[in-house]
Amino acid sequence: MPQIFSKKANTYSRVSLFCLLALPAGAIMAGMAVTRGPAQTNVGMPLDQPVPFSHKHHVEELGIDCRYCHASVETSAKAGVPTTETCMSCHAHIWTNSPLLEPVRKSYETGVPIKWQKINKVPEFVYFDHSIHIARGINCNTCHGPIQDMHITWKGQYFFMRWCLECHREPEKYLYVNPRDPDKDPRQKAFDLYSLNKYGEDLTPIEWRNLEGSDLKFSKDQIAEGEKLVEKWGVKVKQLTDCWTCHR
Amino acid sequence: MFRRLRTIRARHWIHLVSLAGVAFAATGCHIDMWYQSKKVAQDENEFFRDGKADRLPVAGTVARGELRHDDAFFTGRVDGKLITDLPARVEVSKELLERGKERYTIFCSHCHGAAGDGKGMIAQRGLSLRRPPASFHTDRLREMPLGHFYEVISNGFGVMYQQGTRIDSGVGAEKGKMDRWAIVAYIRALQLSQYYDASGLSAEEQEKLGIPAPEQIEWKNAFTEAQKKAAGSKPEEGGH
Repeated sequence: MPQIFSKKANTYSRVSLFCLLALPAGAIMAGMAVTRGPAQTNVGMPLDQPVPFSHKHHVEELGIDCRYCHASVETSAKAGVPTTETCMSCHAHIWTNSPLLEPVRKSYETGVPIKWQKINKVPEFVYFDHSIHIARGINCNTCHGPIQDMHITWKGQYFFMRWCLECHREPEKYLYVNPRDPDKDPRQKAFDLYSLNKYGEDLTPIEWRNLEGSDLKFSKDQIAEGEKLVEKWGVKVKQLTDCWTCHR
Repeated sequence: MFRRLRTIRARHWIHLVSLAGVAFAATGCHIDMWYQSKKVAQDENEFFRDGKADRLPVAGTVARGELRHDDAFFTGRVDGKLITDLPARVEVSKELLERGKERYTIFCSHCHGAAGDGKGMIAQRGLSLRRPPASFHTDRLREMPLGHFYEVISNGFGVMYQQGTRIDSGVGAEKGKMDRWAIVAYIRALQLSQYYDASGLSAEEQEKLGIPAPEQIEWKNAFTEAQKKAAGSKPEEGGH
Protein backbone atom coordinates (compact mmCIF):
# COMPACT_ATOMS: atom_id res chain seq x y z
CA MET A 1 0.00 0.00 0.00
CA PRO A 2 1.48 3.37 -1.02
CA GLN A 3 2.02 6.10 1.52
CA ILE A 4 -0.98 8.42 1.82
CA PHE A 5 1.17 11.40 2.89
CA SER A 6 4.25 12.34 0.95
CA LYS A 7 7.38 13.55 2.74
CA LYS A 8 6.35 17.14 2.12
CA ALA A 9 3.33 16.67 4.36
CA ASN A 10 5.50 17.23 7.43
CA THR A 11 6.48 20.65 6.15
CA TYR A 12 2.92 21.53 5.24
CA SER A 13 1.68 20.59 8.66
CA ARG A 14 4.41 22.65 10.32
CA VAL A 15 3.70 25.67 8.16
CA SER A 16 -0.01 25.44 8.76
CA LEU A 17 0.53 25.07 12.49
CA PHE A 18 2.75 28.13 12.43
CA CYS A 19 0.19 30.08 10.42
CA LEU A 20 -2.55 29.03 12.75
CA LEU A 21 -0.71 30.93 15.51
CA ALA A 22 0.99 33.64 13.49
CA LEU A 23 -1.96 34.85 11.42
CA PRO A 24 -4.22 35.78 14.36
CA ALA A 25 -1.24 37.34 16.12
CA GLY A 26 -0.40 39.27 12.97
CA ALA A 27 -3.99 40.39 12.59
CA ILE A 28 -4.05 41.64 16.17
CA MET A 29 -0.75 43.47 15.70
CA ALA A 30 -1.96 45.05 12.49
CA GLY A 31 -5.07 46.22 14.28
CA MET A 32 -2.96 47.67 17.05
CA ALA A 33 -0.76 49.44 14.53
CA VAL A 34 -3.81 51.01 12.91
CA THR A 35 -5.32 52.22 16.18
CA ARG A 36 -1.98 53.70 17.22
CA GLY A 37 -1.24 55.18 13.84
CA PRO A 38 -1.84 58.79 12.76
CA ALA A 39 -4.95 57.83 10.78
CA GLN A 40 -6.65 57.02 14.05
CA THR A 41 -4.92 59.32 16.55
CA ASN A 42 -4.22 62.33 14.30
CA VAL A 43 -0.69 62.61 15.71
CA GLY A 44 1.50 64.66 13.40
CA MET A 45 -1.40 65.63 11.13
CA PRO A 46 -1.88 69.37 10.64
CA LEU A 47 -5.56 70.27 10.35
CA ASP A 48 -7.08 72.91 8.10
CA GLN A 49 -7.76 75.98 10.20
CA PRO A 50 -9.81 79.04 9.29
CA VAL A 51 -6.63 81.10 9.64
CA PRO A 52 -3.26 79.46 8.88
CA PHE A 53 -1.83 80.45 12.24
CA SER A 54 1.84 79.57 12.65
CA HIS A 55 3.20 78.81 16.10
CA LYS A 56 6.68 78.74 14.60
CA HIS A 57 6.36 82.34 13.48
CA HIS A 58 4.84 83.66 16.68
CA VAL A 59 6.87 81.60 19.17
CA GLU A 60 10.24 81.14 17.55
CA GLU A 61 10.59 84.03 15.15
CA LEU A 62 8.78 86.71 17.15
CA GLY A 63 9.40 85.32 20.63
CA ILE A 64 5.91 85.88 22.01
CA ASP A 65 5.40 84.09 25.31
CA CYS A 66 2.84 81.25 25.33
CA ARG A 67 0.91 83.03 28.03
CA TYR A 68 0.27 86.16 26.00
CA CYS A 69 -2.44 84.20 24.19
CA HIS A 70 -2.98 81.14 26.40
CA ALA A 71 -3.30 83.39 29.43
CA SER A 72 -5.20 81.05 31.71
CA VAL A 73 -2.81 78.11 31.42
CA GLU A 74 -1.16 78.77 34.79
CA THR A 75 -4.32 79.29 36.77
CA SER A 76 -7.03 77.08 35.35
CA ALA A 77 -7.75 73.73 33.81
CA LYS A 78 -7.91 75.11 30.29
CA ALA A 79 -5.06 76.82 28.51
CA GLY A 80 -7.71 78.52 26.42
CA VAL A 81 -7.76 79.45 22.77
CA PRO A 82 -7.15 83.21 22.65
CA THR A 83 -10.07 85.53 22.06
CA THR A 84 -10.27 87.41 18.78
CA GLU A 85 -9.47 90.56 20.73
CA THR A 86 -6.11 89.03 21.69
CA CYS A 87 -5.26 88.53 18.03
CA MET A 88 -6.43 92.03 17.23
CA SER A 89 -4.34 93.66 19.96
CA CYS A 90 -1.45 93.27 17.51
CA HIS A 91 -3.23 92.68 14.22
CA ALA A 92 -5.21 95.88 14.43
CA HIS A 93 -1.81 97.47 13.82
CA ILE A 94 0.24 95.07 11.74
CA TRP A 95 -0.79 92.97 8.72
CA THR A 96 -4.01 94.95 8.73
CA ASN A 97 -4.68 94.29 5.06
CA SER A 98 -3.72 90.64 4.94
CA PRO A 99 -6.49 88.54 3.35
CA LEU A 100 -5.39 85.63 5.54
CA LEU A 101 -6.60 87.57 8.56
CA GLU A 102 -10.03 88.36 7.14
CA PRO A 103 -11.78 85.78 9.40
CA VAL A 104 -10.18 87.46 12.43
CA ARG A 105 -11.38 90.92 11.45
CA LYS A 106 -14.83 89.59 10.64
CA SER A 107 -15.03 87.84 13.99
CA TYR A 108 -14.01 91.05 15.75
CA GLU A 109 -16.67 93.04 13.95
CA THR A 110 -19.51 90.57 14.46
CA GLY A 111 -18.59 89.17 17.87
CA VAL A 112 -18.91 85.62 16.59
CA PRO A 113 -15.84 83.60 17.57
CA ILE A 114 -13.59 81.95 15.01
CA LYS A 115 -14.23 78.22 14.81
CA TRP A 116 -10.79 76.68 15.22
CA GLN A 117 -10.40 72.96 14.71
CA LYS A 118 -9.51 71.32 17.96
CA ILE A 119 -6.15 69.56 17.79
CA ASN A 120 -5.69 68.27 21.31
CA LYS A 121 -8.74 66.78 22.89
CA VAL A 122 -9.15 64.31 25.70
CA PRO A 123 -12.44 62.43 26.11
CA GLU A 124 -14.92 64.37 28.19
CA PHE A 125 -14.70 61.90 31.05
CA VAL A 126 -11.10 63.03 31.56
CA TYR A 127 -10.65 66.08 33.74
CA PHE A 128 -7.24 67.32 32.73
CA ASP A 129 -5.90 70.41 34.51
CA HIS A 130 -3.16 72.48 32.88
CA SER A 131 -2.39 74.59 35.96
CA ILE A 132 -0.99 71.82 38.17
CA HIS A 133 1.18 70.45 35.39
CA ILE A 134 2.63 73.90 34.74
CA ALA A 135 3.13 74.48 38.47
CA ARG A 136 5.28 71.35 38.64
CA GLY A 137 7.31 72.46 35.66
CA ILE A 138 6.05 69.98 33.07
CA ASN A 139 6.91 71.54 29.73
CA CYS A 140 4.30 72.36 27.11
CA ASN A 141 6.17 70.33 24.53
CA THR A 142 6.15 67.16 26.61
CA CYS A 143 2.50 66.77 25.65
CA HIS A 144 2.14 69.10 22.67
CA GLY A 145 5.26 68.22 20.68
CA PRO A 146 7.82 70.73 19.37
CA ILE A 147 5.31 73.55 19.08
CA GLN A 148 8.01 76.10 18.22
CA ASP A 149 8.64 74.18 14.99
CA MET A 150 5.04 73.90 13.84
CA HIS A 151 3.82 76.13 11.05
CA ILE A 152 0.35 74.64 11.09
CA THR A 153 -0.24 73.08 14.47
CA TRP A 154 -0.37 69.33 14.75
CA LYS A 155 -0.99 66.95 17.59
CA GLY A 156 2.18 65.95 19.42
CA GLN A 157 1.09 62.92 21.41
CA TYR A 158 -1.64 60.34 21.05
CA PHE A 159 -3.09 60.92 24.54
CA PHE A 160 -3.75 57.28 25.34
CA MET A 161 -4.40 56.63 28.99
CA ARG A 162 -1.35 54.40 29.05
CA TRP A 163 0.73 57.38 28.02
CA CYS A 164 -0.68 59.55 30.83
CA LEU A 165 0.06 56.80 33.31
CA GLU A 166 3.69 56.54 32.24
CA CYS A 167 4.27 59.79 34.08
CA HIS A 168 1.63 59.42 36.76
CA ARG A 169 3.20 56.14 37.88
CA GLU A 170 6.76 57.45 37.92
CA PRO A 171 6.70 61.22 38.16
CA GLU A 172 10.32 61.21 39.38
CA LYS A 173 11.39 60.51 35.82
CA TYR A 174 9.83 63.69 34.50
CA LEU A 175 10.44 66.28 37.21
CA TYR A 176 13.55 68.42 37.05
CA VAL A 177 14.68 71.72 38.46
CA ASN A 178 15.66 74.66 36.35
CA PRO A 179 19.34 73.92 35.67
CA ARG A 180 20.04 77.66 35.40
CA ASP A 181 18.49 78.59 38.70
CA PRO A 182 17.67 75.59 40.92
CA ASP A 183 15.90 77.71 43.54
CA LYS A 184 13.54 79.32 41.06
CA ASP A 185 9.89 78.39 40.87
CA PRO A 186 9.72 75.46 38.40
CA ARG A 187 6.72 77.10 36.71
CA GLN A 188 8.73 79.57 34.68
CA LYS A 189 11.34 77.23 33.22
CA ALA A 190 9.02 75.74 30.62
CA PHE A 191 8.38 79.15 29.10
CA ASP A 192 12.01 80.27 29.35
CA LEU A 193 13.03 77.38 27.12
CA TYR A 194 11.63 79.01 24.01
CA SER A 195 13.49 82.26 24.42
CA LEU A 196 16.70 80.47 25.39
CA ASN A 197 16.41 78.50 22.18
CA LYS A 198 15.52 81.60 20.17
CA TYR A 199 18.62 83.45 21.30
CA GLY A 200 20.86 80.45 20.73
CA GLU A 201 21.78 79.70 24.33
CA ASP A 202 23.44 76.35 24.98
CA LEU A 203 20.73 74.04 26.23
CA THR A 204 21.44 71.18 28.59
CA PRO A 205 20.48 67.69 27.32
CA ILE A 206 17.39 67.59 29.51
CA GLU A 207 16.27 70.97 28.18
CA TRP A 208 16.77 69.80 24.61
CA ARG A 209 14.64 66.76 25.20
CA ASN A 210 11.89 68.83 26.70
CA LEU A 211 12.05 71.36 23.90
CA GLU A 212 11.85 68.71 21.22
CA GLY A 213 9.12 66.86 23.06
CA SER A 214 10.95 63.65 22.29
CA ASP A 215 10.75 60.50 24.34
CA LEU A 216 12.55 60.99 27.57
CA LYS A 217 15.54 58.86 28.41
CA PHE A 218 16.56 58.81 32.01
CA SER A 219 19.88 58.55 33.72
CA LYS A 220 20.09 57.19 37.24
CA ASP A 221 21.24 60.57 38.54
CA GLN A 222 18.24 62.28 37.09
CA ILE A 223 15.82 59.80 38.60
CA ALA A 224 17.50 60.28 41.98
CA GLU A 225 17.09 64.05 41.56
CA GLY A 226 13.49 63.53 40.56
CA GLU A 227 12.81 61.45 43.64
CA LYS A 228 14.09 64.30 45.78
CA LEU A 229 11.77 66.71 43.98
CA VAL A 230 8.80 64.40 44.46
CA GLU A 231 9.43 64.64 48.18
CA LYS A 232 10.23 68.34 48.21
CA TRP A 233 7.13 69.37 46.27
CA GLY A 234 4.91 66.90 48.08
CA VAL A 235 3.78 65.08 44.95
CA LYS A 236 1.39 62.38 46.20
CA VAL A 237 2.56 59.56 43.97
CA LYS A 238 0.05 57.03 45.27
CA GLN A 239 -2.84 59.36 44.55
CA LEU A 240 -1.63 60.09 41.04
CA THR A 241 -2.87 56.75 39.78
CA ASP A 242 -6.18 56.81 41.61
CA CYS A 243 -9.12 56.77 39.20
CA TRP A 244 -10.59 59.96 40.62
CA THR A 245 -7.45 61.95 39.96
CA CYS A 246 -8.48 62.23 36.32
CA HIS A 247 -12.02 60.81 36.27
CA ARG A 248 -14.90 61.77 38.51
CA MET B 1 -30.93 26.64 39.98
CA PHE B 2 -27.89 24.62 38.95
CA ARG B 3 -30.14 21.71 38.25
CA ARG B 4 -32.05 23.88 35.89
CA LEU B 5 -28.84 24.96 34.12
CA ARG B 6 -27.96 21.37 33.53
CA THR B 7 -31.24 20.83 31.79
CA ILE B 8 -30.51 23.55 29.19
CA ARG B 9 -29.59 21.73 26.03
CA ALA B 10 -26.76 22.49 23.65
CA ARG B 11 -28.86 24.34 21.11
CA HIS B 12 -30.21 26.59 23.85
CA TRP B 13 -26.64 27.49 24.67
CA ILE B 14 -26.04 28.45 21.06
CA HIS B 15 -29.08 30.71 21.17
CA LEU B 16 -27.94 32.34 24.39
CA VAL B 17 -24.43 32.98 23.16
CA SER B 18 -25.59 34.45 19.86
CA LEU B 19 -28.10 36.63 21.73
CA ALA B 20 -25.30 37.95 23.93
CA GLY B 21 -23.29 38.66 20.80
CA VAL B 22 -26.15 40.65 19.28
CA ALA B 23 -26.63 42.55 22.53
CA PHE B 24 -22.92 43.41 22.65
CA ALA B 25 -22.88 44.54 19.03
CA ALA B 26 -25.96 46.68 19.56
CA THR B 27 -24.75 48.44 22.69
CA GLY B 28 -21.01 47.84 23.00
CA CYS B 29 -19.79 50.82 21.02
CA HIS B 30 -21.17 54.18 21.95
CA ILE B 31 -19.52 57.55 22.44
CA ASP B 32 -21.86 59.35 24.78
CA MET B 33 -19.16 59.35 27.44
CA TRP B 34 -16.56 60.78 25.08
CA TYR B 35 -18.89 63.57 23.99
CA GLN B 36 -21.10 64.30 26.96
CA SER B 37 -24.14 66.51 26.91
CA LYS B 38 -22.45 69.18 28.97
CA LYS B 39 -20.82 72.46 28.15
CA VAL B 40 -17.31 73.33 29.19
CA ALA B 41 -15.21 76.42 28.56
CA GLN B 42 -15.13 77.61 24.94
CA ASP B 43 -17.71 75.08 23.80
CA GLU B 44 -20.26 75.80 21.11
CA ASN B 45 -23.92 76.40 21.85
CA GLU B 46 -26.25 77.04 18.97
CA PHE B 47 -28.92 78.34 21.31
CA PHE B 48 -27.19 81.71 21.42
CA ARG B 49 -26.80 83.88 18.37
CA ASP B 50 -23.02 84.20 18.68
CA GLY B 51 -22.71 80.42 19.07
CA LYS B 52 -20.82 80.65 22.35
CA ALA B 53 -21.55 78.41 25.32
CA ASP B 54 -19.59 80.79 27.58
CA ARG B 55 -21.91 83.49 28.89
CA LEU B 56 -20.93 86.62 30.76
CA PRO B 57 -22.61 87.35 34.08
CA VAL B 58 -25.30 90.02 33.98
CA ALA B 59 -23.74 93.48 34.12
CA GLY B 60 -23.26 94.61 37.69
CA THR B 61 -22.99 91.11 39.11
CA VAL B 62 -20.65 90.88 42.07
CA ALA B 63 -19.26 87.46 42.86
CA ARG B 64 -18.88 86.55 46.49
CA GLY B 65 -15.72 88.06 47.97
CA GLU B 66 -15.02 90.02 44.82
CA LEU B 67 -16.58 93.36 45.68
CA ARG B 68 -14.32 96.04 44.25
CA HIS B 69 -14.69 98.51 47.08
CA ASP B 70 -11.15 99.87 46.99
CA ASP B 71 -11.17 102.55 44.27
CA ALA B 72 -7.44 103.22 44.35
CA PHE B 73 -6.66 99.52 44.03
CA PHE B 74 -9.20 98.60 41.37
CA THR B 75 -9.31 101.73 39.21
CA GLY B 76 -6.10 103.63 39.91
CA ARG B 77 -8.16 106.70 40.75
CA VAL B 78 -9.41 108.29 43.95
CA ASP B 79 -12.24 110.83 43.57
CA GLY B 80 -11.57 110.88 39.85
CA LYS B 81 -7.90 111.75 40.24
CA LEU B 82 -5.11 109.38 39.24
CA ILE B 83 -3.14 108.17 42.25
CA THR B 84 0.52 109.08 42.26
CA ASP B 85 1.69 106.33 44.60
CA LEU B 86 0.92 102.64 44.79
CA PRO B 87 -2.34 101.83 46.67
CA ALA B 88 -1.97 101.02 50.32
CA ARG B 89 -2.61 97.32 49.74
CA VAL B 90 0.36 96.95 47.44
CA GLU B 91 3.63 96.41 49.21
CA VAL B 92 6.73 96.88 47.14
CA SER B 93 8.99 93.89 47.54
CA LYS B 94 11.50 92.01 45.48
CA GLU B 95 8.85 89.36 44.78
CA LEU B 96 6.41 91.97 43.49
CA LEU B 97 9.01 93.44 41.13
CA GLU B 98 10.04 90.00 39.90
CA ARG B 99 6.43 89.11 39.27
CA GLY B 100 6.07 92.44 37.52
CA LYS B 101 9.08 91.74 35.36
CA GLU B 102 7.73 88.32 34.39
CA ARG B 103 4.28 89.68 33.53
CA TYR B 104 5.76 92.70 31.75
CA THR B 105 7.84 90.37 29.60
CA ILE B 106 4.78 88.29 28.72
CA PHE B 107 2.27 91.03 28.03
CA CYS B 108 4.08 94.31 27.35
CA SER B 109 7.56 93.70 26.00
CA HIS B 110 6.45 92.80 22.46
CA CYS B 111 5.46 96.39 21.80
CA HIS B 112 7.10 98.49 24.51
CA GLY B 113 10.40 96.60 24.45
CA ALA B 114 12.19 94.76 27.23
CA ALA B 115 13.78 98.03 28.38
CA GLY B 116 10.57 100.02 27.98
CA ASP B 117 11.95 102.09 25.12
CA GLY B 118 8.99 101.39 22.82
CA LYS B 119 11.14 99.37 20.46
CA GLY B 120 9.61 95.97 20.93
CA MET B 121 9.46 93.37 18.21
CA ILE B 122 5.99 94.45 17.01
CA ALA B 123 7.08 98.06 16.88
CA GLN B 124 10.07 97.06 14.78
CA ARG B 125 7.97 94.99 12.42
CA GLY B 126 4.96 97.26 12.23
CA LEU B 127 6.54 99.49 9.63
CA SER B 128 3.40 101.49 9.07
CA LEU B 129 2.46 102.17 12.66
CA ARG B 130 0.95 105.62 12.70
CA ARG B 131 1.16 105.72 16.45
CA PRO B 132 4.16 103.69 17.57
CA PRO B 133 4.16 102.22 21.09
CA ALA B 134 5.18 104.69 23.77
CA SER B 135 8.61 104.75 25.31
CA PHE B 136 8.40 104.90 29.09
CA HIS B 137 11.51 107.07 29.15
CA THR B 138 9.96 110.37 28.22
CA ASP B 139 9.40 113.29 30.59
CA ARG B 140 5.65 112.95 30.12
CA LEU B 141 5.53 109.33 31.30
CA ARG B 142 8.24 109.72 33.93
CA GLU B 143 6.04 112.28 35.64
CA MET B 144 2.81 110.38 35.02
CA PRO B 145 0.94 109.29 38.17
CA LEU B 146 1.13 105.52 38.67
CA GLY B 147 -2.64 105.20 38.43
CA HIS B 148 -2.33 106.04 34.74
CA PHE B 149 -0.41 102.85 33.98
CA TYR B 150 -2.96 100.76 35.85
CA GLU B 151 -5.74 102.42 33.92
CA VAL B 152 -4.02 101.84 30.57
CA ILE B 153 -3.44 98.16 31.31
CA SER B 154 -7.08 97.78 32.33
CA ASN B 155 -8.80 99.84 29.63
CA GLY B 156 -6.28 100.44 26.87
CA PHE B 157 -5.09 103.82 25.62
CA GLY B 158 -5.05 105.34 22.16
CA VAL B 159 -4.56 102.49 19.74
CA MET B 160 -3.49 100.08 22.49
CA TYR B 161 -6.14 97.46 23.27
CA GLN B 162 -7.05 96.69 26.84
CA GLN B 163 -5.02 93.90 28.40
CA GLY B 164 -7.24 93.61 31.43
CA THR B 165 -8.95 90.40 30.37
CA ARG B 166 -5.64 88.59 30.58
CA ILE B 167 -3.79 90.38 33.36
CA ASP B 168 -5.09 89.81 36.86
CA SER B 169 -6.88 92.86 38.20
CA GLY B 170 -6.15 92.01 41.78
CA VAL B 171 -9.66 90.82 42.58
CA GLY B 172 -8.12 87.98 44.55
CA ALA B 173 -5.53 90.31 46.02
CA GLU B 174 -5.77 88.63 49.39
CA LYS B 175 -4.18 85.64 47.75
CA GLY B 176 -1.29 87.79 46.59
CA LYS B 177 -2.43 88.23 43.01
CA MET B 178 -2.01 91.77 41.80
CA ASP B 179 -0.37 91.40 38.46
CA ARG B 180 -1.39 94.79 37.11
CA TRP B 181 0.10 96.64 40.05
CA ALA B 182 3.18 94.43 39.85
CA ILE B 183 3.62 95.56 36.25
CA VAL B 184 3.04 99.19 37.23
CA ALA B 185 5.75 98.90 39.90
CA TYR B 186 8.09 97.30 37.40
CA ILE B 187 7.50 100.05 34.83
CA ARG B 188 8.44 102.66 37.43
CA ALA B 189 11.54 100.61 38.28
CA LEU B 190 12.44 100.54 34.57
CA GLN B 191 12.01 104.30 34.36
CA LEU B 192 14.25 104.86 37.37
CA SER B 193 16.89 102.48 36.07
CA GLN B 194 17.08 104.11 32.64
CA TYR B 195 17.11 107.66 33.98
CA TYR B 196 19.75 107.20 36.62
CA ASP B 197 22.86 109.33 36.58
CA ALA B 198 25.46 106.58 36.61
CA SER B 199 28.41 108.98 36.72
CA GLY B 200 28.07 109.18 40.50
CA LEU B 201 28.70 105.46 40.89
CA SER B 202 32.05 103.90 41.61
CA ALA B 203 34.06 102.49 38.69
CA GLU B 204 33.25 98.95 39.85
CA GLU B 205 29.53 99.55 39.87
CA GLN B 206 29.75 101.21 36.48
CA GLU B 207 31.55 98.18 35.14
CA LYS B 208 28.77 95.98 36.49
CA LEU B 209 26.27 98.07 34.57
CA GLY B 210 28.26 97.49 31.42
CA ILE B 211 29.24 101.14 31.07
CA PRO B 212 32.68 101.18 29.45
CA ALA B 213 35.43 103.18 31.14
CA PRO B 214 36.32 106.53 29.44
CA GLU B 215 39.56 105.28 27.91
CA GLN B 216 37.65 102.35 26.40
CA ILE B 217 35.18 104.74 24.79
CA GLU B 218 38.04 106.73 23.28
CA TRP B 219 39.61 103.58 21.94
CA LYS B 220 36.30 102.40 20.53
CA ASN B 221 35.69 105.72 18.78
CA ALA B 222 39.17 105.65 17.29
CA PHE B 223 38.51 102.10 16.10
CA THR B 224 35.22 102.95 14.38
CA GLU B 225 36.84 106.02 12.79
CA ALA B 226 39.62 103.86 11.41
CA GLN B 227 37.08 101.39 10.12
CA LYS B 228 35.09 104.11 8.40
CA LYS B 229 38.27 105.41 6.74
CA ALA B 230 39.20 101.93 5.61
CA ALA B 231 35.75 101.40 4.16
CA GLY B 232 35.82 104.80 2.42
CA SER B 233 39.23 104.22 0.81
CA LYS B 234 38.11 100.97 -0.78
CA PRO B 235 37.47 101.24 -4.50
CA GLU B 236 33.75 101.13 -5.03
CA GLU B 237 32.45 98.06 -6.71
CA GLY B 238 29.99 98.40 -9.54
CA GLY B 239 26.42 98.84 -8.37
CA HIS B 240 23.57 96.74 -9.59
